[in-house]
Amino acid sequence: MTSFDVELTVNGVPRRGSVEARRTLADFLREDLGLTGTHLGCEHGVCGACTVLVDGEPARSCLMLAVQARGADVRTVEGLAPDGEMNRLQEAMWDSHGFQCGFCTPGFLMQITALLAESPEPTEAEVREALSGNICRCTGYESIVNGVLLAADAAISHE
Amino acid sequence: MKDAARVGSLTVKPPPFDYSAPDTLEEALFVLGEAGDEARPLAGGQSLVPLLSLRLARPSRLVDLAGITALKALDTAGGHLAVGAMVREREAERDERVRSLAPVLADALPLIGHPAIRSRGTIGGSLSHADPAAELPAVALVLEAELVAESRARGRRSIPAADFFTGFFTTALAPDELLTTLRVPSSAPGTGWAVDEVARRHGDFAIVGAAAMVRLDTSTGRIEEARLALAGVGDTPVRLPETEQMLAGAEPADGAFADAAENTMTRLSPPADVHGSAAYRRHVAGVLARRTLKLAAQRAREAA
Ligand SMILES: Cc1cc2nc3c(=O)[nH]c(=O)nc-3n(C[C@H](O)[C@H](O)[C@H](O)COP(=O)(O)OP(=O)(O)OC[C@H]3O[C@@H](n4cnc5c(N)ncnc54)[C@H](O)[C@@H]3O)c2cc1C
Ligand code: FES
Ligand code: FES
Repeated sequence: MTSFDVELTVNGVPRRGSVEARRTLADFLREDLGLTGTHLGCEHGVCGACTVLVDGEPARSCLMLAVQARGADVRTVEGLAPDGEMNRLQEAMWDSHGFQCGFCTPGFLMQITALLAESPEPTEAEVREALSGNICRCTGYESIVNGVLLAADAAISHE
Repeated sequence: MKDAARVGSLTVKPPPFDYSAPDTLEEALFVLGEAGDEARPLAGGQSLVPLLSLRLARPSRLVDLAGITALKALDTAGGHLAVGAMVREREAERDERVRSLAPVLADALPLIGHPAIRSRGTIGGSLSHADPAAELPAVALVLEAELVAESRARGRRSIPAADFFTGFFTTALAPDELLTTLRVPSSAPGTGWAVDEVARRHGDFAIVGAAAMVRLDTSTGRIEEARLALAGVGDTPVRLPETEQMLAGAEPADGAFADAAENTMTRLSPPADVHGSAAYRRHVAGVLARRTLKLAAQRAREAA
């Protein structure tokens, strides 16, 4: 099978690789670029663990082919703490005990990042709606929703 | 299902396929024309990629439509809404022109999956995929939309929504044909609308979904025209012409909507699956028919 050159930006850094057309963006990130922060649960679109931002919009990296991401600006969970310092959202999730095993966390963080970029002061209902496509088997979601609201509050009081 | 899709030590992976990413519609139609039914268009991938990963689909080539600018246009010339097949669901949901010209479509879009699905999924992909439980096919029916298709061999044609959904996940599109545009005729002023559905969880496919449009006679206040379409009750989305005719000329009162709901239920033979029995689906269809028709009539009255 033919290989395709993929050039894209990941967390602000230009990256490239050569892939088969069937390679998913998730596998490209994890296996070719070594960015294993993006997790794979179901691999067919239902769990949300693999959510990344593609040109600012949340997307399932298991439902995107790497070739479809050519030229895109991709952000993964690694990009949230570039200097090893947790950002405000990560701090808020930590403070609210928003994760237990952590498997779902990267997907939640990226989906929440997209939500807060679009609506910085979401209501609880908006938070629940935005997170409806991310599955967590540990927390029962309350602490995750609280973490988002805490992050939004922190952002506002910071201004 | 996942185990079946395992290959050696690898996890779920699509089978090998070739890929092209044409820049123009002409080029895409050429590739599809040459490849016959071995090739499949790739839009947002939100239905096709899971099918590939689970190896339920094995096309030899994917033709990625994302680079075709002509398919991404949203146009309102002459007060008619024309949505390009590659307009993303999320984009359409945010577009004020969709809200003002086709509010029934605008209300249906947020019911599709989740934000991360809609940011990739497209209007054309959802219509072409023709999931009988999907929202947009039912909405296309209720809007009496036209679906514009194009192939290299036979050129362009316009297919009424009523003729487009021909069976379970099946449309009138030929393998070498692309859906290019959803054309929505402008609604008469004062038309009310409503969309509602019952799903296991928010964002899941509907067990049953309903879309209604109602127009009132401005002098008598009676129903001039009612339209009702349902999802999740058969192999295709369905229009309910008998129910609609019952309502034409009636007072928009609770009794009329209850009778319409009864009539709807007798017309359906919905499928049974793990999400609900046929009797349950029929019951839910009646409830949703009553609710959506009533709300649509209320909105029509407010607009008058
Ligand atoms: C977790 C999850 C939940 C979802 N929930 C819902 C839901 O509640 N309601 C709902 O309606 N959908 C739901 N979807 C599906 C989603 O709406 C899809 O985006 C949509 O059905 C397909 O659109 P797409 O652009 O992704 O198309 P693709 O997946 O790229 O294509 C789908 C099919 O259509 C064909 N096709 C695409 N574009 C064209 C074209 N222009 N001309 C001809 N053929 C074409 C493809 O060859 C393929 O066979 C869900 C998906 C997921 C993963
Ligand atoms: S791994 Fe992508 S949605 Fe579950
Ligand atoms: S913290 Fe374990 S799945 Fe969410």
